[in-house]
Amino acid sequence: MFVVVVGCGRVGARVARDLAEDGHDVNVIDQNAEALQRLGSDFPGEFVQGVALETTVLEAAGIKRADAFVAATNGDNTNLVIAQLARDRYLVDCVIVRVLDPARAKFYEEKGLVTVCPTRSAIDRMSQALRAFATGDEEQAA
Amino acid sequence: MYAVIVGGGKVGANLGRALLRMGHEVSIVEARPQRYATLESEFEHMARHGDGTEIFVLDAAGMARADVCIAVTGDDEDNIIIGQVARDHFGVENVVARVNDPRNQQHFDLLGVAPTVCATESILSLIEHEGAPALAGAPVLAEAREPGGHRDPGGGGQPGRGHPGGRPPDAPGTLVISVLRNRVGRVAAPDTVLGAGDQVVVIAEPGQDSALMELFASE
Repeated sequence: MFVVVVGCGRVGARVARDLAEDGHDVNVIDQNAEALQRLGSDFPGEFVQGVALETTVLEAAGIKRADAFVAATNGDNTNLVIAQLARDRYLVDCVIVRVLDPARAKFYEEKGLVTVCPTRSAIDRMSQALRAFATGDEEQAA
Repeated sequence: MYAVIVGGGKVGANLGRALLRMGHEVSIVEARPQRYATLESEFEHMARHGDGTEIFVLDAAGMARADVCIAVTGDDEDNIIIGQVARDHFGVENVVARVNDPRNQQHFDLLGVAPTVCATESILSLIEHEGAPALAGAPVLAEAREPGGHRDPGGGGQPGRGHPGGRPPDAPGTLVISVLRNRVGRVAAPDTVLGAGDQVVVIAEPGQDSALMELFASE
């Protein structure tokens, strides 16, 4: 499949590399040219420098023929807007959006977007670990 | 009527003042701490500090009972999200959003955030309609003085006799929206400097027109 990844930070760059290693075609967009370095010199896909809110940038990265789209910039609202563009304007089949704010992630999940919320994941894991500890404590005491 | 204004820059603050004067209830949400402090000294409890794209901030600002949400931050993606959250999460029936970059207008349209106001587009439509009766009673269209006289923008607008140049007038109750120079329209910024021949679009409250004209006519 062909994937467009927006945001070449720790998350976006690693997702792009993983998919490319699996043999998929991947193009990456970031507004910062230096972000290209995160992909490594052997990255086979194209890197487009630009602001993803601009349709010319999305189209230069090939969004019109994309099977999947990943929105992983460091801006929740940017991610939410470009994800909706990918879904509603370019009719991309698989759209995944990273949203740090759990409230907005939940709201847009309910509106049909596939959201990934690292904050929610962290909260769940921490609570889970603490509850497991508390339960073990109680059992020991009993 | 209760209006929640998100974005307390010049546009948001002036809208707040105008709505208050009209007897409406207003909250202004502003994320930048310094700007918030300025707003708080004028609007007191009606100014609220926080990221207006966060649902809990909008909740605290009473968005659920708002009759209208006005999204006028400087970021188009924020204005789109504010508009969607106000309408679909809080059930606000009237949403008005500001488009900062006219190239993003299509995104507002696609994602159902309407109506929108875009200063650049407004100016362009004024220019296109220059000379048309539509201009009568529209925002004051004044022109900075050109050496050797000014060009009449025509069409029933109220041409100023000329501004000597320099910073736009900071008159109470008026707001310089945009500057047209060499047929290129730009949104007026705090550091905008007027030059001879510039045309400006200014919103003035009723009764402020003549004071504004005097500023532009100052020799």
